[in-house]
Amino acid sequence: MRWVRYLGVAFDSIAAHKLRSALTMLGIIIGVAAVLLTIGIGSGAAASITERIESSGANLITISAGGSRGLGSTSTLTLADAEALADRSLFPEIVAVAPQYSSNATVIYGNREGSYTIVGATDNYVQVRNLQVENGDFLNAEQVEKNESVVVLGATVASDLFGADNPIGQNVRIGGHLFRVIGVLKASGGAGFGSSDSQLFVPIGAAQKRLFNAGRSNGSDVVTQISVQGVNREALQGLQLQIERILRLRHRLDANSENDFMIQNQADLLELAGDVSATLTALLGGIGAVSLVVGGIGIMNIMLVSVTERTGEIGLRRALGAHDRDILLQFLMEALVLCGLGGLIGVGLSFAAAVGLQFFPTATFRIVIEPWSVGLALSVSTASGFLFGLYPALRAMQLDPIEALRYE
Amino acid sequence: MRMHSSGPESNAPVIELQNVTKIYQMGRVQVHALRGVSLIIERGEYVAIIGASGSGKSTLMNIIGLLDRPTSGAYRLNGVDVAQLGKGRLADVRNREIGFVFQRFHLLPRTTAQRQVELPLFYAGVRGKVAKRRALDALMQVRLGERVDHRPDELSGGQQQRVAIARALVMRPSILLADEPTGALDSQTGREVLALFRELNEAGITVIVVTHDQGVASQAQRIVALRDGAIISDAPSRTISSTQFASASGDAAHHRFQEVGV
Ligand SMILES: Nc1ncnc2c1ncn2[C@@H]1O[C@H](COP(=O)(O)OP(=O)(O)O)[C@@H](O)[C@H]1O
Ligand SMILES: [Mg+2]
Repeated sequence: MRWVRYLGVAFDSIAAHKLRSALTMLGIIIGVAAVLLTIGIGSGAAASITERIESSGANLITISAGGSRGLGSTSTLTLADAEALADRSLFPEIVAVAPQYSSNATVIYGNREGSYTIVGATDNYVQVRNLQVENGDFLNAEQVEKNESVVVLGATVASDLFGADNPIGQNVRIGGHLFRVIGVLKASGGAGFGSSDSQLFVPIGAAQKRLFNAGRSNGSDVVTQISVQGVNREALQGLQLQIERILRLRHRLDANSENDFMIQNQADLLELAGDVSATLTALLGGIGAVSLVVGGIGIMNIMLVSVTERTGEIGLRRALGAHDRDILLQFLMEALVLCGLGGLIGVGLSFAAAVGLQFFPTATFRIVIEPWSVGLALSVSTASGFLFGLYPALRAMQLDPIEALRYE
Repeated sequence: MRMHSSGPESNAPVIELQNVTKIYQMGRVQVHALRGVSLIIERGEYVAIIGASGSGKSTLMNIIGLLDRPTSGAYRLNGVDVAQLGKGRLADVRNREIGFVFQRFHLLPRTTAQRQVELPLFYAGVRGKVAKRRALDALMQVRLGERVDHRPDELSGGQQQRVAIARALVMRPSILLADEPTGALDSQTGREVLALFRELNEAGITVIVVTHDQGVASQAQRIVALRDGAIISDAPSRTISSTQFASASGDAAHHRFQEVGV
């Protein structure tokens, strides 16, 4: 561990040239922060996608009307299909089945209006889709049974139409029909398409018959989607196959026909999201790594200038008895210490940024700094310190002491 | 290992140059910086080397100080032919046997006096408390015991040069080499530095000073004059008159001598 004693020399020299050292470190600080933050943003995005998927309900399988032929084909998915799936003796692994019929409509309250998705739902939809009620109640079994003209508002809908007023008990006009507001949902945070925040929930029969004039198929009212909740995530794959089989039977599809519905399970979705975010993270990390290498080249640049600038010092050290290895190790250690310190500062700044971001509730993304990325960034920065410090250190070592002392 | 105290060579002169030449190649042009210099300096001598600018004084000092190798000729230091020594051994000999003092001090920027003086000890492998103690001793010897924590910009020119002398002394070398040590100092602080050299010489160190200044040269017992890379005179200092000095070292020095009024 002879090189350890050059640490002191390195620190002395760094302390004696604070500004230059800081500038040298800057490239590495920025490089390390770039690696950690880009990977962190990737991981954060992955985490929130996963959360979003999981927050839409646990262990879900969704069956949507219309086959892979695309939208527009007449729907064959019906309430009777949902009822068949709800048979506990046939499907003991299914916990709940929630059919829905959704479409868009204009909603008016007073002089305010907007176009929203109206979800015709059953009373168990709130539990299957993991919705939280802020105010009032969700639809109950009786209201669904009797197709009552009651509505539950998503958080955005409520604030759009009612501002700060209490919507409960008020009547809104949906497609010309009056509906009494009985509840408002908590904001789910999801901003995108399909978020419950910008939806309204009415009894499924009211949507099918009163609002949208839904068709019939095989003697039953059609639905747009059926949400099936399984007992656990492991059961989803098997359940999906069973459901597919029974629906094909019920829809009388022969072996040559494609499905006239789409079935998707949450486990697959999560896996897909994981794959996408791994690719994203690798891509972002790669960009960050390039900036780290650029930072390393910056180190080499400044170290080379520093060697030229300190030619006199090198000559003096030679006169005082420094060997080749003394000069080599001094400059190499200096580069290593600069990179190491720069790396640590970069890590510190990245954590600060990640924590600081949490204080901005409006931020639409998160930064999750992974321990492995810290290890990666620090080892790449140290390696680049070695790599890019070696050449300037060799140059310093090869300086002729006479030339070095003449230099002033 | 101290060369001067070892083996049968211990009676050899400290420095023995035989017909030393140094040729610098400047592209196509050859510069003959030294043209056959032969010089013997015994242990404990105090020698001044004078000569006009460009006469080869610094080149000679660099060769004596093992910072440079002669183009031809032999150099024995304490009886050892230095041509036989490898790079690493030369560094060791510089470290242990030779103390350098430069015109421009050559202190490290923003580094305390204590740290500056510890440098040669670091390269000798002396560290920790022992190094601190020895550096402090050397600083006390040049009467800077109170200024150990000062950095170069907090010290006067004379004090900076004393730090440099402490650094040259800390390894207890047998030779002190000074190239224009008072060149950057006013006459008062210059005299202080010279007093220090005299003291060290009386303590047994061989002192070799390159100078323009007769005031500095007259401190030495012996004055070697160079012109165009060759020795033109080598005599005890008391035998050299100021006129002779002026002709040997160039007129500028003569004026300076009169100005200083030594
Ligand atoms: N590294 C070098 N390359 C080329 N010429 C040099 C070099 N060093 C010294 N010289 C030349 O050698 C001669 C002697 O220089 P120097 O020993 O520095 O003289 P002094 O110290 O007496 O002024 C001068 O002509 C100088 O230009
Ligand atoms: Mg000179």
